[in-house]
Amino acid sequence: MTITGKNKNKAVVESVAQIIFTVCASFAILAVASITLYMILSGTPAIFKVGLKEILFGTVWKPTAAEPKFGILYVILTSVVGTMLAILIGVPVGILTAVFLAEVADKRIARIVKPAVELLAGIPSVIYGLLGIYLLNPLMYKLELKIFAGSTTHQFTGGANLLSAVLVLAIMILPTVINISETSIRAVPPSIKAASLALGASHIQTIFRSILPAAKSGIVTAIVLGVGRAIGEAMAITLVSGSSVNAPLPFNSVRFLTTAIVSEMGYSQGTHRQMLFTIGLVLFVFIMLINIALTKILKKGAAEDGE
Amino acid sequence: MGNDTLYQKRKRPGEAFLMAAIYGAASIAVLLLLGIIGYVFFKGFRVLNPAFLTTVTSSLKGTVGIAGNLLNTLYIIAITLLIATPIGVGGAIYLNEYAKPGKLVNLIEFTTETLSGIPSVIFGLFGMVFFGNVLGLGYSLLNGSLTLTLMVLPLIVRNTQEALRTVPDSYRSGALGMGATKWYMIRTILLPSAKPGILTGVILAVGRIVGESAALLFTAGSARILPKLGTNLVENLSRIGGKILQPGGTLTIELYLQMQNGEYEVAFGIGCVLLVIVLLINLLLKVITGNARKYGKQ
Repeated sequence: MTITGKNKNKAVVESVAQIIFTVCASFAILAVASITLYMILSGTPAIFKVGLKEILFGTVWKPTAAEPKFGILYVILTSVVGTMLAILIGVPVGILTAVFLAEVADKRIARIVKPAVELLAGIPSVIYGLLGIYLLNPLMYKLELKIFAGSTTHQFTGGANLLSAVLVLAIMILPTVINISETSIRAVPPSIKAASLALGASHIQTIFRSILPAAKSGIVTAIVLGVGRAIGEAMAITLVSGSSVNAPLPFNSVRFLTTAIVSEMGYSQGTHRQMLFTIGLVLFVFIMLINIALTKILKKGAAEDGE
Repeated sequence: MGNDTLYQKRKRPGEAFLMAAIYGAASIAVLLLLGIIGYVFFKGFRVLNPAFLTTVTSSLKGTVGIAGNLLNTLYIIAITLLIATPIGVGGAIYLNEYAKPGKLVNLIEFTTETLSGIPSVIFGLFGMVFFGNVLGLGYSLLNGSLTLTLMVLPLIVRNTQEALRTVPDSYRSGALGMGATKWYMIRTILLPSAKPGILTGVILAVGRIVGESAALLFTAGSARILPKLGTNLVENLSRIGGKILQPGGTLTIELYLQMQNGEYEVAFGIGCVLLVIVLLINLLLKVITGNARKYGKQ
């Protein structure tokens, strides 16, 4: 073996290695491209059959009736309203917990609370669903019986309603909100805190007037990720949220975009099944919008940090 | 304003309220966790016994057990990691060691970010159509694993990248300066140094796989049988291998089906098993990151 021959072999190995690594990296592009392609391919046939207007603005969902109706307005609204309510409950609790971890708690306590939050993130969503249906729904049913006692118009749900689902979602987004907010609070330069304290502001004033505004972009990221998590969650709320499509009122039995897909896919056929893929496409569009918003926010945050 | 002296601390009732809110929020988070874990263990512990873990639910034999689901879960973890780890690590190496900043890198990072944001129902629908119909895998463990590969890829890529970034540049220039080729340098210097980070990504992926349900419902199905093994070795091997083309429900799927049928006792039993696995994974991660930190200090 000569030196030059050896080098030739080496060069081949080198370029093969580089090609393999490049292919591996391009895998993510390929995956997202094919997911987008197939979501569009399988989500559009029903739109041509039923009509976009009837799907998006129809409020009647009777996919298995003799004269089927495929309006998903209430399903979309349920996902939007449900996510918003979950954010309204989950985000304040999450941000305050993050403040506690980063600013208030002494190290020993933080060392116990932090792993607890991480564990909360690792619990499978079916377990949240199990507790929701076993503990939360009976409680909601009691509340429902009290509030609507004597009502003749209210359809009793046995506690499987929008409110139950919102509470489960609020708990499930907590870890995301807490972790990302905490990281961004810790990343605030200590000089900001020191300056605020030196000017005579109290600790609480410093937290709410100086530190949180400085951590703004991180906290917005946390909220957007929370929205993504809540709107995409399926298994935890499928059984908890009820089994019929209604307007998103707190004590109504409702179907989210995700839960409609999960609970009807098993027995759906023909146009009904195609419609479920259309619902999937709507969800996919929501998620892509959230992703793009997220990228913009992150870029803006990076640009501000760079200044 | 005569009382406002420098020596007296001003009382701010609003601040006391905010402080109480901060403590309240943190205690809610902790109590929720303790409540969830405590309750599932309390309800599920009674169901757990050796038979529950080693038999298959069968009305003929009158047994209730999750052995088939445990096996399916192990199959899916193994196949998914076998595919996702090389691709993820390779991708991270490209991004960190070969790529020059530009459009391709931006696109790869954007799509990786997107992949981690797509909800599991969508992965399920995609897996059902693409791997199931187009590639003809139907409901099978292989279909489920391929679908989950897409889901866990970002976890492995990101953790490997993170680990590669912490390897000092002097290691690279040292190896290259002594005449090592780039691939040799990656193989013998970078990968060993990045091992704890890669391991962290892999374990996080295991956690994600164990907890996943929506993506598997439409791709891997819900069967719970164990492969029948005879005495013929070759036949046994082909049955064990052939299982990847058959449908199989993991623990989470079985939990979902049981609670759909109102069998809450069995559901809590499975929940208990899942929680034990999640706790073990967390513990393992703590040990690995703890070790990495210790070595980092030396």
